[in-house]
This record gives sequence, C-alpha cells and structure tokens, in this order.
Amino acid sequence: MSLRSPLSKVLGLGAAKQGSHHWWSQRISSVALTFLAPWFLLSLINLGDVGYASFTSWIASPINSVLLSLLIVALSYHAQLGMQVVVEDYIANKVVRMITSLIINSALLLLAVIGVLAILRIALSVAPAIQFQMGTGS
Amino acid sequence: MTSNERPLSPFLHYRWQYTNTLSILHRLTGVFMTLGLVLVVYWLAAAAAGEENYDLALDLLRMPFIKFVWFTWLLSFYYHFLNGIRHLFWDIGLGFERRVARTTGWLVFISSIALTVLTWMCISVRLYASDNGAFL
Repeated sequence: MSLRSPLSKVLGLGAAKQGSHHWWSQRISSVALTFLAPWFLLSLINLGDVGYASFTSWIASPINSVLLSLLIVALSYHAQLGMQVVVEDYIANKVVRMITSLIINSALLLLAVIGVLAILRIALSVAPAIQFQMGTGS
Repeated sequence: MTSNERPLSPFLHYRWQYTNTLSILHRLTGVFMTLGLVLVVYWLAAAAAGEENYDLALDLLRMPFIKFVWFTWLLSFYYHFLNGIRHLFWDIGLGFERRVARTTGWLVFISSIALTVLTWMCISVRLYASDNGAFL
C-alpha cells in the first residue's frame, strides 16, 4: 500500500518539491556547453591575436556576441547547479550550507551579469566588420 | 550498540577504485573551473573598459602564475568536457558495461592530457607569430 496521495503521484515532485528539475537543468546546460565551449576555444585558437583591436572586433561580430553571451549564461548556470550539489554533499551544518550556497549563487549571478554586460558594451561600441566577415560576394 | 558498527561514510570504507577517482576528478575540475570563471569574466570586462585598461589586464593575465592557472583550467576543461559526455551517454543508458566504462574512463583521462598539450602548442605557436598572441 502506498502512502502517497494521488495528487502527489501525478505531480511526481517528491519530498523536495522540485522533481527532476535540477537534474534536468544540469543536463540541458551541459548539452549546450558541449557545443558552446569548444566553439569558443577553437575561435580563440583561430583568432590567435587577443590584442585589444582584434579581440573586441571579434566579440562585436553579431554571431560571436550572441554565442559568447549564451556561453557565459550557460557556464554560470551550469556552475551554479554543480556547486550547489557539491555544497549540499559536503557541508553538513544547515546554516553554513545555506550561507555558502547564497554566497556562491550571488557570486555566479554577478559574474554572469558582468560578463554579458561587458559583451554588450563591446558589441554596441565597436563597429563590426560585417561585410568582411559575412562575405558579400562583391 | 550494533548500529554503531554500520558504515556511515561510504568514501571512508570502500576500496579506492578508478571509478571514484574519475568521479572526484569531475567535481574537482568543475569547482576549479568555477573559480577560474572569475578570470574569464575579468578578461571580458577589461576588454569592455577600453584599450588602456585591457593592456594592463593582459599584463596581469600573462603572469607566470596566471599562465599556470590557465593551463590547469584548460586541462580541467578537457577532462570535465570529455567525462561529461561520458556521463551524458550513461544518462541515456549507454556505456555501463564494466569493460566499456573502464575503456572510456582511460580514453577520457588520456585524451584530456593530449588535447591540453595540443591546444597549448597551437596557442604557443600563435604567440610567437604575433606580439598580441593569446596569453596562454
């Protein structure tokens, strides 16, 4: 005999009231990162020159600024989910655990906002060489 | 008092094996990369702060100790990336057999070192080719 109510069975959320949301978010972000992270690394190798002019004009290109923003968001989100599991596993004291989680989550949110804002500032201030990169065929 | 004899912390009682070595490495590299995210965001923010600030930031990002951090970050990335793909295959129910899990484990371990060295060499070649080469 099950002690679970029909409603609880249907919702399938379990005792934590979260269901598989955390697990699923971690998978989704990791799948996104399997594309975004190698893209960034290969782009950097391909760019070679990370001097101011070269690096900022690379970021300012529309596709790059969009993908780089997505990378920063996916990376910090994935990091937040992962760090939360690590904190929950190794910190036994509830108060210390909550405070540590709060600090880590805030720091990662801050990093994500700074990162995306930096990309936006560069993208909006540097005129990208679109014609050159898109290859207008002229 | 029999309840006191039960093992409470698995990691203190189980035999050390390759499986838990790879598992703890996945966590360690993940935590390390999270810390390293500060450097990546600092780099981006510096680029947004103008040429003068960016040049100052590059000097800092090229310091020998920071170069060591970048190298470790790259190694961590490749390990976490490859082992993460291994985990994703497990999630769809593939690669659980003892032989396969062992082989892919070694593959991840060796490939991450090989790819790190290869990437480092690629970037180093570029570094000598131009004054503003990547700071790695």
